[in-house]
Amino acid sequence: MHYEAIVIGVSTGGLDALKGFIPKLPASFALPVAIVQHRNQRSSDFLAEHLNRMSALRVVEAEDKGPMCGGYVYLAPATYHLLIEADRSFSLSVDALVNYSRPSVDVLFESAADVFRQALIGIILTGANTDGAQGAREIKARGGLVIVQDPADAEADVMPKAALAAARVDYIVTLDQLPPLLLQLAGK
Amino acid sequence: MPSSSLIAPGRHGKKASGAIRGEDSERLEIDLLLSGIRDRYGYDFTHYSRASLLRRLAKARDQAKAKHFTELRDKLLDSEKSFDEFLKAMSITVTNMFRDPEFYQELRAQVVPVLKTFPFIKIWHAGCATGEEVYSMAILLHEEGFLERSQIYATDFNKQSLDMAKDAVYPIGNIDSFSEGYQESGGKRDLSYYYNYGYERVKFRDFLRNRITFSYHNLVTDGVFGEMNLICCRNVLIYFDKILQDQVLGKFEDSLRHGGFLCLGNRESLNFSAVQPMFEAVDKKQRIYRKRSVPHAL
Repeated sequence: MHYEAIVIGVSTGGLDALKGFIPKLPASFALPVAIVQHRNQRSSDFLAEHLNRMSALRVVEAEDKGPMCGGYVYLAPATYHLLIEADRSFSLSVDALVNYSRPSVDVLFESAADVFRQALIGIILTGANTDGAQGAREIKARGGLVIVQDPADAEADVMPKAALAAARVDYIVTLDQLPPLLLQLAGK
Repeated sequence: MPSSSLIAPGRHGKKASGAIRGEDSERLEIDLLLSGIRDRYGYDFTHYSRASLLRRLAKARDQAKAKHFTELRDKLLDSEKSFDEFLKAMSITVTNMFRDPEFYQELRAQVVPVLKTFPFIKIWHAGCATGEEVYSMAILLHEEGFLERSQIYATDFNKQSLDMAKDAVYPIGNIDSFSEGYQESGGKRDLSYYYNYGYERVKFRDFLRNRITFSYHNLVTDGVFGEMNLICCRNVLIYFDKILQDQVLGKFEDSLRHGGFLCLGNRESLNFSAVQPMFEAVDKKQRIYRKRSVPHAL
């Protein structure tokens, strides 16, 4: 399978989880990555700047109507839903919260599944709510691939467990196993 | 469950081709729905950002208890009442008072000193929704001492939202986050100075509302306003595609006087827009722009 994009949902414990694997991806990693990380309103640009300093890939906050390019990791801006358009650009919305969240993982995953269909990889990491479960199911329904962090490896296991209950996922991995798996999947 | 083994429970992607055919016909149904609405009611959603439009359409379809978009189309074209309901569902955004407090800090620091020099100040708040950000602006102008010399035109295409904005009534449950935004934005009093409380609701005081003219205006299909000193349109353009964004930004440019200010949402910008040479950035981070007297040579 030739994959074209990666979407990631992460909540409680997310900063450590992202720090644990984004910096391990090489600058040559070709698939664009879009991330919804639940966070409170105040911590706006800090996360992207912080991850960017540690990583070979460029980590930025997604801009409305900006293109989704390889070599970049895009974070949903605080308080906006992040969606992907058919021309593979981003759009943002301030529609109502979904799963008590904005940005919501389900919103990103469902719009990405619409666009990339079977060429999409979705990843659910640590988190204390069930956002992302529906989105993971949607990715599977379009023939995409879903990876879930092993609940025993996650700081908060609610989100991985909810995804496992909702969708027949392809891989259950620890954070350490994630970078080599992604390199392998991206290389195919 | 073993915690350190790669488990691949198997692939289930076989049905993809059938699903794709279904999606293409759904896309056609949506195009027909949108052109039907445009022809019958004059509301043009064809250049809205598709991804969030799709979510809203799906929600509207479910609310109308329609099985698919063609049935939704039939219902909407058949009855104005169901179209009103639809319009409501299509334009609900959720905002706050003093959303993005840093924006209001910069507005005080960089825009207010210029506005103060005018004998009369005209402000257009485009896409005011339920009014929270308009009252924020009125409070700021009051504290800076020139609300009495200002006229705010607050417009939206959702009549129900406009009515709520005109009422100036909000649930008491919202007040904590309103106050927090107000304090962080550089507010000079206690927010409670600006509202009266009763029946689990607050109502903002008339001296704020008296300086605001609420009116119906559709950014997509209606024209320009004249000689504005400031246009505030935050988190509206994100709902439009590039083509429509350009059209609307052109209307804003036409509506501003030279040296007038344009304030966009935190994640919106003039980058790559046709009107970009007509503006200089006052504050890049807070997306505050100022119209030049002569276009900037590229």
